[in-house]
Parts: sequence; C-alpha cells; structure tokens
Amino acid sequence: MPSEVVRLEGHIIDSLTLSKVMDIILREGGEYHIQRFVMGATRSDPSHADIEVSAPDAATLDKILHMTQQHGVQRSTGEVNLIEAPKDGVLPDGFYSTTNLQTRIRIDSEWRAVDPIEMDCAIVVKAEGVVECLPMHRVVKGDRVVVGDQGVHVTPVDRRDPDDAFGFMGSEVSTERPKALVVAAIVQAMVDARAHGKRILFVGGPAILHTGAGRFLEAIINAGWIDVLFAGNALATHDIERALFGTSLGVEIATGNSMAHGHENHLRAINRIRGCGSIRAAVEDGTLTSGIMHACITTNTDYVLAGSIRDDGPLPDVITDVIRAQDAMRSQVKGVAVALMVATTLHSVATGNLLPASVRTLCVDSDADSVIKLMDRGTHQAFGIVTDCEFFLKELAARLPGVDL
Amino acid sequence: MSQLPSQSVSTRVMMCAPTFYGLEYEINPWMRLENRPDTALAMRQWDNLFHVLNMEAGADISLIPQVEGCPDMVFTANAGLTKGDCALLASFRHPQRALEEPYFAEWFTQQGYTVHTPPEGCKFEGEGDALFAGPNLLAGYLKRSDICSHRWMADILSTTVLSLELADDRWYHLDTCLLPLDQHRVAFYPGAFDEYAQTVIRHHYETIEVELEEALRFACNAVVAGNTVVLPTGCPHFETELRNCGFTPLAVDMSEFLKSGGAAKCLTLLLN
Repeated sequence: MPSEVVRLEGHIIDSLTLSKVMDIILREGGEYHIQRFVMGATRSDPSHADIEVSAPDAATLDKILHMTQQHGVQRSTGEVNLIEAPKDGVLPDGFYSTTNLQTRIRIDSEWRAVDPIEMDCAIVVKAEGVVECLPMHRVVKGDRVVVGDQGVHVTPVDRRDPDDAFGFMGSEVSTERPKALVVAAIVQAMVDARAHGKRILFVGGPAILHTGAGRFLEAIINAGWIDVLFAGNALATHDIERALFGTSLGVEIATGNSMAHGHENHLRAINRIRGCGSIRAAVEDGTLTSGIMHACITTNTDYVLAGSIRDDGPLPDVITDVIRAQDAMRSQVKGVAVALMVATTLHSVATGNLLPASVRTLCVDSDADSVIKLMDRGTHQAFGIVTDCEFFLKELAARLPGVDL
Repeated sequence: MSQLPSQSVSTRVMMCAPTFYGLEYEINPWMRLENRPDTALAMRQWDNLFHVLNMEAGADISLIPQVEGCPDMVFTANAGLTKGDCALLASFRHPQRALEEPYFAEWFTQQGYTVHTPPEGCKFEGEGDALFAGPNLLAGYLKRSDICSHRWMADILSTTVLSLELADDRWYHLDTCLLPLDQHRVAFYPGAFDEYAQTVIRHHYETIEVELEEALRFACNAVVAGNTVVLPTGCPHFETELRNCGFTPLAVDMSEFLKSGGAAKCLTLLLN
C-alpha cells in the first residue's frame, strides 16, 4: 500500500485542521497513522503532527495529498544525497548506515522501500533506480550510495497488537515466562507464516545433539516445518556422529555413558562424509540414513553451514569463507517471517544481523547471556526464553501439527 | 442585553483616497467590466467614509497616496497586518495587485515598522484575511491567502491563529464575512465558511449571525471603533442586532466600491 509521511503544523487542534485533514484522508479512501504528535507547550505555541498517509493505490494517495496540502499538510521535499563509491568494497565518507527497521528513501519525488532491509549496510541506488541494501563488500566502484540521512525514513516497529500471539511476550529475556505459552505462541506464529506463504528459519547449535533433542528437530524438519537451517560444522558433525555411531561428542545418546574412544567419533564421522564428497552424496549412497542433516536432504530443506576457526574437518558442505557464508545466509533470509534460534550464540547473532526487524525472532538458550547478546547487537525484535533446548524442542515437536515422533 | 463593549483608545487606521480608483480587471465574482464604478461618486463615498470614521467614530487616520496603475490600492486592508512595530506585508494572489506591494512596504518602513515578508510562494492578503479577535488572530484561507501564512503570522506575532476555511467565492476574504466586535464577540455569515470553521468560530466566540441578504451587502465589511460600527448601507437587521448589543451602527453608502467587491473595512487598514 503506497504511503507518505507528511507534517501538519500550527494551531491545528484549536482550528480543527487536524480533524479536517484526518476526515479528508478517510473520506477519500485512505488511512492515517499519527507517528508523532507534539502539543504546543502553551496555548499560543503551535503543535505539530507527523502523519503517515496511506492509500490503496498511488493515484488515490496523490489525490489525498493534493487535497490536504491546501490545509497545510507539508510533504517532504528532501531527497536522498547520493555519492559514488570510490572503489570496490569501499563506501563514500558519511554513508548512511542502515538499521533493520522498515526503511524508505525519497528519490525522484517518490518514496521507495528498501526491501529487504538489513542492519549495518549501505543503501545503493542502481541503474534504473533499483534500490538495494548492500553490505560493504558487495558495493562496486561507481555505485551511487546514500550519504547522510536526508530523504531516509525509518518506521519504528509497531507496538504489538494485543491479539497477536506474540503480544504478551514483549522484547525481553526472562526465565519467569510460562514456557508452554511461549511454545503455543511460536506454534501459532509458524502456522501463520505458512498461511501467508512465508518462510521459517531455524538456527541451531550442537547442544541440540548433546542434550538428545536431535530427534525432535529431525521430526520437525521431516514434517516440513522448516524452510532453511543455519548452523555450523558442529551441529552437522554431531548429528552425523549420532546417526553413524549413536553418540554425540563420544557420549552414547541412549545411555548417557561415555564410549571408549568415543571422542574420536565425530572425527571419524567427518572423515566418512568427506570420503563421500558431500552430505547429499552420503545420503544418496546410503551412508547416512537418519538425523537432522539426513532430514534436510530428503525433504529438500535448504541449509547453510558456516565455518569457524575452531572447526574440525570440516564437513565438505561447510562454507569456510565467512563472507561467502554470510552471503549464502543473506540470500536465504528473504521471505523469512519466523526465526527460531536455539542453543547458539555465534550463529544467532550472525543471523540476527541479517534479519529485518519485522521477522518474529525467538531465541532459546540455557544461558540468558546469549539472548541478551543478540539484543545488544541490534536484534531488538528478538525475545528470549531461558530454558533447556531439549525441553523446548520436545514441546515444539509435540504441539506442531503433523510432527511424527 | 449582553455585556457592553468596552471603550478602546482611539482607533488608528490607514486609508488611500481613490485618486486612480477604477475597475480594470475581474479578479472576484463582484467585478464585472461592464459594471464600472462612477469614480466621482466613489470619491464622494470615500470622503464620507473618511469623515464618519474621523469625526464620528473618532479614528486617527493616516493616508497613503494612490499610485496610478494600482486601481485597487484603495483597499488598504490588504496591504498587510500590523501589530506593535511589526508589519506583515501582503503577497497578493493576483499579479494585478502584486504591483501594490512595494508601495505598501515603503509606507510601512517610513512609518517605522519592521517589515516582514511572507515565505516564498506563500500568499497572504493582509487584514483581508487576518483579524484580531480577543486572544486570537482569526485567519481565512483557500481563496486568497494560503494556510502557510498562518504559521508564519503565529511565529512572528507569538499569537494563536485560528485557521478558517472560506468556502464561497463571493466572500473571498475573511473581512467580507466576519467582523470582530469585541474581545468575545464576532458577527459572521456562516455560509461563507466550511463546517469546521463554523464550529471553531462558535466554540470560541459569542456570535451574531448575519443573514444571506445582508452578507451579500457586505454587512461584515465594517469598521469597529469603540462602540461605533461603520458599515455599508442596506443591512437593517444587522444594525438592529448591533444596537441590541450596545453598539452604534453608522451606515455609509459603499455602492461604487461594492462593484469591486469591497466596502468600509476593505478601504481601511487597522493599525493594531
């Protein structure tokens, strides 16, 4: 729905000008949202209101803006300033650094959405006026980059609708929340995402395997609830270790006992897959017959395994160039409406950096610090529950429709 | 009977004798080139208005000489708006009248006013669309003045400006359809305003509603000096209402100026 933020100033309450403008907007088929209203401190001080006017189509919006302009509505005329990037991967001084909030820029007298938006990036206007949000390394010499914040409009995250399944949670970390309610809310969010054709992202760490929750995640993937999995070498390695040897980090999942020489199992698992060439090849040749990664292959669920400096092996599917891994993750977050981040700090923060603030983001960890760190790095839309991931995934698997345990 | 209006100090006004008055273009529904004023009669009517304002209403009158080629310069109410030593200069909607701006600016400067000009592209036709009424400045817009001028006036004068939308071309200036009588009371013709403006006026003031027939005779285009109201002839009902409120109406024939869409108030700039 096209929209524009306009300003109305003056004695707009006493003169009923604000009422008149709002009435015109509604009468002409538009909608308004008062983003900010500042009342004059005394009777003679003017008030001002920033009003977002939206309409079903651009022609109606234009008509409304034209009609309201004569009653004092001021349209922003400030356009973005653009400066060419001096070198590949180098932004001009003073470049506008993005947030993860819904952002629009004003160019050629119209507001254009920057979509998808990602935090800590630059806004580039390509040929034919295509607007892109690009990380520094993707900018090429001569790209026209937005400089300063003139002509940039950022919409804060809406106050949550009380009817929203997430409404009661707010954005904070708590060990005190009734966890069954949180799980019910996340189930509802996943069902809603599916109903709207949106994607669901799961970000996981190896504790899922160590705690024996691997089978729950495997069942959830097999039921088709996850569109894309982000993890590192460890989750995939210990999952395959469990599939091949029944252990995770040498501990038997079934008994909890340490297996003799079990600490070598994960290396042997990696080696086996390296021998096959890839996880998919291992599934196809019958080497790998169960587990989370097996479920991803058999259900055609996308996954990105991003490497780190402490990785053993790594598995052949792990992307060891971090910038390439980041780009692979970036291309997978498009269309994601729900992100579940379970038992991983590194991958949660990395993913949080890529997500627009509109994505419903749940972070589950046994350590409150992990969730706090995520929010401190700008993923303010995240809410967290501090709990054991095995409990969470077991509950989630039990409540999601169609999950076969 | 309502509260009697208070006697004010001598009313100061600025006028312009109709030396070069005439009807040379049509910029409002009243002006018709085939209905030109009798200039000799116009001069006599203006002399009479001057006499009534000066001798009977006790107004202190300053004059500005009319410039040839500016036939509407006699309507000094549109020169600007003054308060204290501030003069907010007009920026006319029509180019025919924009010619008057430098002469009014020069006059204000000579009189010692600090002259303010409206923001670029913002039209403002002086007291024609801006009238003090008690604690507020009532300001008309849409026909001649732009609403952006209201914020400009509010900022310079530090006063509350109530914006009133004019809804009928025949009452193209606020002073053709609204007359502040004292701190709490205004006379107005409701049909000249949109519904929001009518609500604003009734909410803030005691009102006398002028009927259509007398509104067409420009009953509201009058000059208030203390208890005296100098208004055009042909408005007997309004005169009765004024007497009932303790005012003394003095009717003057304005026929030759009504042909250009103006009457007593249009010919008078109040120096506030």
